[in-house]
Order: sequence, then C-alpha cells, then structure tokens
Amino acid sequence: MIALLRRDLALAFRAGGGFGLGLAFFLIVTVLVPFGVGPNSATLGVIAPGILWLGALLACLLSLDRVFALDWEDGSLDLLATAPLPLEGVAVSKALAHWITTGLPLVAISPLLGLFLSLPVEAMSWLILSLLVGTPALSWLGTFGAALTVGLKRGGLLMSLLVLPLYIPTLIFGAEVVKRGADGLATATPLAFLAGITLGTVALLPFATAAALRVNLR
Amino acid sequence: MIIARILPDLGKYATEVGLAYGVSLGLLALLIGQSLWKGRKIKQRLQQEEKARKGE
Amino acid sequence: MATSSWLLPPLVVMSALLIVTGLVWGFFFTPDDFRQGSTVKIIYLHVPAALMAINAWLMMLVCSLIWIIRRHHVSALAARAAAPIGMVMTLIALFTGAIWGKPMWGTYWEWDPRLTSFLILFLFYIGYMALWEAIENPDAAADLTSVLCLVGSVFALLSRYAVLFWNQGLHQGATFSMDKEQNISNVFWYPAVISMAGFVCLFVTLVLYRTRMEIRRRRLHALDARSMAA
Repeated sequence: MIALLRRDLALAFRAGGGFGLGLAFFLIVTVLVPFGVGPNSATLGVIAPGILWLGALLACLLSLDRVFALDWEDGSLDLLATAPLPLEGVAVSKALAHWITTGLPLVAISPLLGLFLSLPVEAMSWLILSLLVGTPALSWLGTFGAALTVGLKRGGLLMSLLVLPLYIPTLIFGAEVVKRGADGLATATPLAFLAGITLGTVALLPFATAAALRVNLR
Repeated sequence: MIIARILPDLGKYATEVGLAYGVSLGLLALLIGQSLWKGRKIKQRLQQEEKARKGE
Repeated sequence: MATSSWLLPPLVVMSALLIVTGLVWGFFFTPDDFRQGSTVKIIYLHVPAALMAINAWLMMLVCSLIWIIRRHHVSALAARAAAPIGMVMTLIALFTGAIWGKPMWGTYWEWDPRLTSFLILFLFYIGYMALWEAIENPDAAADLTSVLCLVGSVFALLSRYAVLFWNQGLHQGATFSMDKEQNISNVFWYPAVISMAGFVCLFVTLVLYRTRMEIRRRRLHALDARSMAA
C-alpha cells in the first residue's frame, strides 16, 4: 500500500500531474468573491468562513477525476484489482494520496486566502484546524464518488452531483467552527461533529469504494 | 360562477392555498401521466420485439 | 407480474377513493385555523407528501439491501421504480412547505431545518436517478445505485442533524413547527389521516406499475443484448 501511495504521489507531483491545480482554483475562486459581492471588508469578513470552506470543497472536487481515471484508462486499475492488496487498501491509498496532494496544500494556503477575505485574525487557527480535520472526509467521499463513476464518459459532472450532497454535513460543521472562532465562541461542539464525521468516513467508506470498484472492473 | 360558490372562503390566503393545491395536484398528474405513458411505450416495444423474435 | 396484474385495479380504485375523500373533506369541510387561517388546508397535501418522500427513500434502502444480499432482480428494479415517485413527493413537500410557511415567514423560502432537509433529500433522489441512467449494464447499475443508496442514507440522516444544528443550534425548539402531533384537533386529523392513507396507496400503486415497467424494460434490454451478440 505504501508503494501504491508513493507511486500516486510521484505521479501527482510530476509535471502534468495536476498538483497545484487545486491550489490555483482555490485561489481564483477566493479572488473572484469580492468581485461578486463587493469589496466591503465587513461583509467579506462575515462570509469568509463559508466562502473559504466552499472554495476548498470545490477545489477538492475538481481534482477527483484524476483519482481513478488515469489508471482506468491505461489498464493499471485492472492490475491493481488482481494484486495481493485488497481493493479496500487501494481505496484508502488513493484517498490518502488525494488528500496529501490536494487537501493538505489547501490547508496550507488557507490563511493567505483568509487574509484576502478579511477573515478575523482570531479565526485563522480555527480555519486551519477545521480544514485539517475536515478535508480527509472530502477526499474519502470524493474517492467513493470517483469509484462509482469511473469509466463513464462525462462522469465528472455526475460525480459532482453525487458527491456534493455528501459534503454538506462536513461543510456545515467546518464553516461553523471557523465562524465561532471568528466570534470568539466555543468551537468544541462543531469541531467534535466534524471530527466524528471524518473518522467515520475514513473508517467505513473504503468498503463502499472497493465495492464500487469491483462492480466497475467486472 | 358556480365554482366561486362551491369554493370555501379562503380569505387572505387564497392565492397561497390555491397555489399549493394547484402545484401539488399538477405534479401528481405529471407523475401519473409520465408513468402511464412510459409504461405503455415500453410494453408496446416489448410486444413488438417478442413478436419479431417469434417470427424468426 | 401476474400477481401485480390483478392487484393493480383495486389499488387504483382505493388510492383514488382515499385521496379524493381526504382532500375534498379537508378542503371543503374543515374550518380555518385560528392562527394559520385557510393555509391549514395545505396540511392535507404537505404531510402525506412529506411522509411518502421519506418512506419512498426508506423503501429504496430496504430494496437496495435486499439486492446486495440476495440479488433479487425485482428488488433492484422496484427501488429504481420508486425513486421518481419519491422525488415528486419531495417536490410537493417542498412546494407546499414553502407556501405554508409564507404566512409565518413573509417569504416563500426560508432555510427552515425541515424544508432544508427535504431539499437535500431531493438532491439525493436526483443523484440516485442520474446514476441509474448513466450506467449501461443493468446489473452494474443495480449494484452501484444500491451502494449509493446506502451511503446516501447515512449522509441524509447526518445532514438532518447537521442542518438542525446549522439553523438553530442543538436542542432548540423549531420556530415554526409543522409537526402533525402539535395543535391538531380531531377536526383536522381525520381527513389528514385519510389523505395520508391515500398517498400511501398511491405510492404502492405507482411502484407496482412502474416496477412492471422496469421488468419489461429489463427484458427488452436482454433481448437487445441477445440480438447484438447473435
């Protein structure tokens, strides 16, 4: 599984690997928001938690089609299925690779983007923490969506339709953590729910992902 | 109008109640209609195909 | 197929009877509510639709489980058949819920937790139906959509609580409750129950009818596949 992980990471970081596209998208979306809602710092500050979380979520979504598509096209997914590693392990490895190459960078760049959106300073650490805790759920859920639609032409749009509703609980609690942090309120409750969702997702979704892969590889 | 006489006095919420009933019954009609139409279409096609196979 | 053939006509009659009775009774022969005025009449549509929106999904969940465990084809097809019905029920619940809320909220839409949950449920229905349409192989489609239904059910439930938290924090009472248990006196209750029974019957009737259609569609697909292989 480590070997698979290393391979996917290497592929992602190579030229043309798509690393950085998620970051760029996150940046662009964030920059676009003031053009849409006006430059008033007070307004921006209020909506910043939600916008930042939405941007991160959408950036994650965009890089999901790479999770299985390339391996599907060149047949390596079939090989992986026959390998001694169980498909659940493949699912975990793929999701982890996605998180490392997309989720983590988003977490890293988020304070800078928070600055652009006049996010109160008190909220910065909560932004980082909530994204850190929540983005694995996004990657694991996204991998499930990718497995469901692998091999479909124009599967990307369908995958977004399937995955975005699944993101709603994480989005709600993640944004809430940042909002409460900005107001100086207690963040324990939403953070606990966020962590719970991530933990449950990380533990259980690989089984569903593997099941979907098995169906599509038949 | 007879209709105006049978309808109860819906008071100030007449548009809302009317809208609610209109949309709901309309949606139900669409659902039932589409189901019947599609059901009939598929039944016909199946009968055609099966007859074609019998002919072979 | 044989069983459903003779079941359908009486079911159609019963659905029509119950729904017409419930709605006519409720619309024409019940008084206005003290607080809500004539909008209380929307209850005869909203509550049954909301009920069926949830129950349709639950039925799809059960059918998906049966397909995963026992692989009864009819089970998977019944789930597929039920989805559009559930979706329309959700839409009706959304429309009537929003309209019913207008007197209380002043607008046609508020992110009321209950309404929002139904909006999310609507999205799940759309996704489920879209996946069925997208996959060509019927068995693969049945498998994938059942897994989606399972995962979706968990997250639909999670969303319900997340949305409650999001709009009102935990454990606060709803500002506008559409609970049928609250403030419902007998005069409203009886036509509401009849209407609910009617909607249940309608659901069963339509699911039966549409499952027969799905079975036929499956047969067509098998015939086409055979002739293409020949």
